[in-house]
Amino acid sequence: MNTTWSRFNIASLVLGFAFLYLPIVLLVIYSFNESRLVTVWAGFSTKWYTSLFNNQAFIDAAWVTIRVGLISATFATILGTLGALAMTRYTRFRGRMLFSAMIYAPLVMPEVITGLSLLLLFVAIGLDRGILTVTLAHITFSMCFVAVVVQSRLVTFDRSLEEAAMDLGATPVTTFFKVTLPVILPAVVSGWMLAFTLSLDDLVISSFTSGPGATTLPMRIYSQVRLGVTPEINAACTILIAIVAVGVIIASIANKRREVNRARDEQAAARN
Amino acid sequence: MKSLGSFRRKFAPWNDPEAKPFIAIENVTKRFGDFTAVDDLSLNIYNREFFALLGASGCGKSTLLRMLAGFETPTSGRILIDGQDMSGIPPYKRPVNMMFQSYALFPHMTVEANIAFGLKQDGMPKNEIEARVAEMLKLVKLEQFAKRKPHQLSGGQRQRVALARCVAKRPKVLLLDEPLGALDKKLREETQFELMDLQMKLGLTFVVVTHDQEEAMTMSDRIAVMDKGKVKQVATPAEVYEAPNSKFVADFIGNVNMFEGTAAAVENGKIDIDVAADKMTIRTDATRNCSVGQTVGFAIRPEKIRLSRKEPANPAVNAAYGELYDIAYFGDMTVFHVRLENGRIIKAASLNAVRTVEDPLGYEDMVWVNFDTDAGILLTA
Repeated sequence: MNTTWSRFNIASLVLGFAFLYLPIVLLVIYSFNESRLVTVWAGFSTKWYTSLFNNQAFIDAAWVTIRVGLISATFATILGTLGALAMTRYTRFRGRMLFSAMIYAPLVMPEVITGLSLLLLFVAIGLDRGILTVTLAHITFSMCFVAVVVQSRLVTFDRSLEEAAMDLGATPVTTFFKVTLPVILPAVVSGWMLAFTLSLDDLVISSFTSGPGATTLPMRIYSQVRLGVTPEINAACTILIAIVAVGVIIASIANKRREVNRARDEQAAARN
Repeated sequence: MKSLGSFRRKFAPWNDPEAKPFIAIENVTKRFGDFTAVDDLSLNIYNREFFALLGASGCGKSTLLRMLAGFETPTSGRILIDGQDMSGIPPYKRPVNMMFQSYALFPHMTVEANIAFGLKQDGMPKNEIEARVAEMLKLVKLEQFAKRKPHQLSGGQRQRVALARCVAKRPKVLLLDEPLGALDKKLREETQFELMDLQMKLGLTFVVVTHDQEEAMTMSDRIAVMDKGKVKQVATPAEVYEAPNSKFVADFIGNVNMFEGTAAAVENGKIDIDVAADKMTIRTDATRNCSVGQTVGFAIRPEKIRLSRKEPANPAVNAAYGELYDIAYFGDMTVFHVRLENGRIIKAASLNAVRTVEDPLGYEDMVWVNFDTDAGILLTA
């Protein structure tokens, strides 16, 4: 493999990363700006963070977002995992192709359509819009992402593990909880994290389906921005970025470590 | 020809009309859509028997094993284990345990937990489980690996964990799907004997699926040779090798020279076969009924053919003259390919019992092949 860096490689790398991260870096920098004006630098300050934590509307919105995220991600994970199991296990039922296409469709469905159709449904059945409807909507659109993630793991799942468990006397239910679930758990967890993240930053569907008292953080930020960008919003976004970044870094370190350990164990096993 | 009984060992419940089969497979058929995997198959397997299902891939042997384990249900027919009809009994309630080809060790559990899994399902008390697991670990010599996860073990060790896991429950029958398939040759040979030892020690009934005839011949009491969902022959390894009942079995097991001709004369318990294609007359024991003019087959194993530069006493019968075309030296034995005038190759093997031979046979030597009247097998099917 060629490991030397050509000028072209370096240039494209710098450009690519600048394109991706320059806006975010600017946002982070200006969140520490002394000035109220977003584009004029007037010295370092953390006052916007303090004011953010004193802004009850933001705190409420954050709380709503976290609650919606946790609940919807959990339900989406359960439903998505069940869907993925059905898709990979029962390969011979009628209309399977249609069913599988229908699971994937929400992935490419414009959010506006999903949001609008959910709104119409909630109105039609007379469900008052609020935190419940937002949560339901989030479950609806994120469960198909979970299904896709879990399904891709189940495709490579060795069915003989389950057969072995049953052969050893475990009922189908025990087999699922003692063997299947532990083995596919990494995929289920990443499905959950994906659903949680999707729920955290969803704006369009939330806007359609939320009601009084159920304003999520993205909705709050968006409505504030319409009145003018304040450094407070920069601060809120910086915190969000920090949380996401820390999460991603921890996940990838854990993953890398697991891989390294596994490779080492396997080499050790091959030696003796 | 000597009686086939001389090939048999003392353990032969299948010859005892009083003996009750431990596993009775009665007219079992299994179809997947249009494909018939197992076709109206009946078999009896006896207690403490080491039974092998041998066949090429797709012959239905694995499907049959999976039906015994309960992972597939027969389309028709029934299976009885220890007198009990297995129809409708799910895998987790059957008195059998299976060792999977992939071993199917639970990757998230230690070796110990893997072995204990089946015992826990039975609700065995904790101290008994511990004792049994320790016993199993000792049996497969993996005591110091108890706390390891499957990926921290070598292939041979994994195989032994899988074995320990399925014998831990003391099943009546152990089903093994290609138990040695994933091991390298040397380890496979060692493990064959370990398996046989284990089977004797625990007094279990083993049903092994394999495509490796050597493996089947070495380990089993009886072999069922399968083809296209049917059993072609069920017999001891020696019978299957020395007295195959059909061309398929003769050809499938070991090396063989196959001839086809017409029965020219039948007298004094001998039959003369006119093999027109090779301009040979074969005289052999008439072990099967056939009439003059009938097309018959004749199979002879390479090691039962003699090679010599000298013309045999009666060159008109059971003899052919040709050129040494290929010599495959295996160390313990050598296989010679003799090419007849018409291009036909006859394989002859000889044991290298002495280290040095004066004037050994070499490439392009002209040699005679010949054999005795009881050396080959007359085949009518």
